Amino acid sequence: MKPPTEFGPRPWQQTSWDARAATNFILGGTGTGLLVAAACFFAPQAGWRVLAALGLVSVAGGLGAVWFELGRPWRFANVALNPRTSWMTREAYASGFVFAFGAAAVATGAAWPAWLAALAALAFVYCQSRMLRAAKGIPAWRVRELTPFIVTTGLAEGTGLALALAPALAGGAPRWVGAFFLAVVVGRIGAWLAYLGAASRHAAPRARAGLEAAGRHVVVLGTVIPVVAAAVAFALPAVAAVALALGGLAALAAGWRAKHAIVLRAGFNQGFALPALPVRGAR
Amino acid sequence: MTRWAMTVDLRRCVGCQTCTAACRTANATPPGVQWRRVLDMEVGEYPEVRRAFVPVGCMHCDDPPCMHVCPSTATRKRADGIVTIDYDLCIGCAYCALACPYQARYRADEPRYAYGEPTPPEEARLDRGRLGVATKCTFCVERIDAGLAAGKTPGVDPEATPACVNSCISQALQFGDLDDPQGKVAGLLATHRHFRMHEELGTGPGVYYLWDRADG
Repeated sequence: MKPPTEFGPRPWQQTSWDARAATNFILGGTGTGLLVAAACFFAPQAGWRVLAALGLVSVAGGLGAVWFELGRPWRFANVALNPRTSWMTREAYASGFVFAFGAAAVATGAAWPAWLAALAALAFVYCQSRMLRAAKGIPAWRVRELTPFIVTTGLAEGTGLALALAPALAGGAPRWVGAFFLAVVVGRIGAWLAYLGAASRHAAPRARAGLEAAGRHVVVLGTVIPVVAAAVAFALPAVAAVALALGGLAALAAGWRAKHAIVLRAGFNQGFALPALPVRGAR
Repeated sequence: MTRWAMTVDLRRCVGCQTCTAACRTANATPPGVQWRRVLDMEVGEYPEVRRAFVPVGCMHCDDPPCMHVCPSTATRKRADGIVTIDYDLCIGCAYCALACPYQARYRADEPRYAYGEPTPPEEARLDRGRLGVATKCTFCVERIDAGLAAGKTPGVDPEATPACVNSCISQALQFGDLDDPQGKVAGLLATHRHFRMHEELGTGPGVYYLWDRADG
């Protein structure tokens, strides 16, 4: 018998966080991306405040979903007690700034609170990525390549949603938003491939399978369709709004699919392993 | 300094689960919550099959990831190395359960009973403060503290020793002060080859697994 180097029960899927927690990452990323897009690309164009308000609603929806997952929801304020080491606490603080500056921007229409809200939104989504990475018990989450993906997908989803909503809410999108969208979609696929490679080195086979299944959507739905849509938009200005809207929705759907897979399909622990077996009896 | 630690002699453990039962009795954990478990690992293929019984639970790490991620500071580490949970602070976010590489943490949201309806002992020992919050092995910290206050020595005197260690029929589990060079734990580590679970993660577990003599 070939001597094995490690022995142990196989990893199993975590059950501590369910769809409610995944919703926090899904809506949180989209909301922050939408807020960034509204503040940086649409203000002071008509309708940017609606986009910003929708971003706030999305972030709030995510936090509301995770609130329902707490075992002691009425103690939620205790989440603020450990800014020294907990990325969950830092996420909560960042959300406070997002809502404070975002609400001020929506209420007043002023640009500076919108920019500050966008900065806070970037901090928020960064904290979300670090929350996952700090979960040391989940090999597919604790890789540093996860952060660029979570941040870029938030931006891609938010910008994509803004492009989809712009014709109705903001009278269309400035032409260079499409260029930014294209750049962030390309950046996201790079981040995804880097993440997939890193996660695959550590994660359980079933976790890898879950990520690879989602990866196909990130490639086709989240990259190919938006890139084609952006190309059509640049080549045919007459249909640019529709093309970018479709590309934006595709990018949004792919981001949601990927985050769902990361939290709920790739959340396998590493099981237990013995580097050596007990030596019993006579030698 | 004192650093409470446990050794598990994998050569001695027979997988009887007495430690599991003792823990559940001592700590009144509900069905589905096992602060002390014994894994039954089977390795290889017939006829070259090896088997190992591996008691696991909270490793009371030197650098506990559960403590770092805890947003409420409910999880703390005492100076003597024991990782504790303040049930009154915990919000039940279960983040610690994901951060723990040893699957040592549980959250029960409602009372659970072995036979559906509560038996009188289950009813008497139900602690609603432990519902909806994270729970895990405490190294029987109350016994240790009470024992020390009474002048007893943890790992030597049963009154000051974790229930699982007291109950172990083969003395596979031992407990003591890692920093005491004359102590039982330090002695076992000096005379045996050992490892800690998932050492590569840098958590510094306080549970050591012995698997052979040092001169083996």
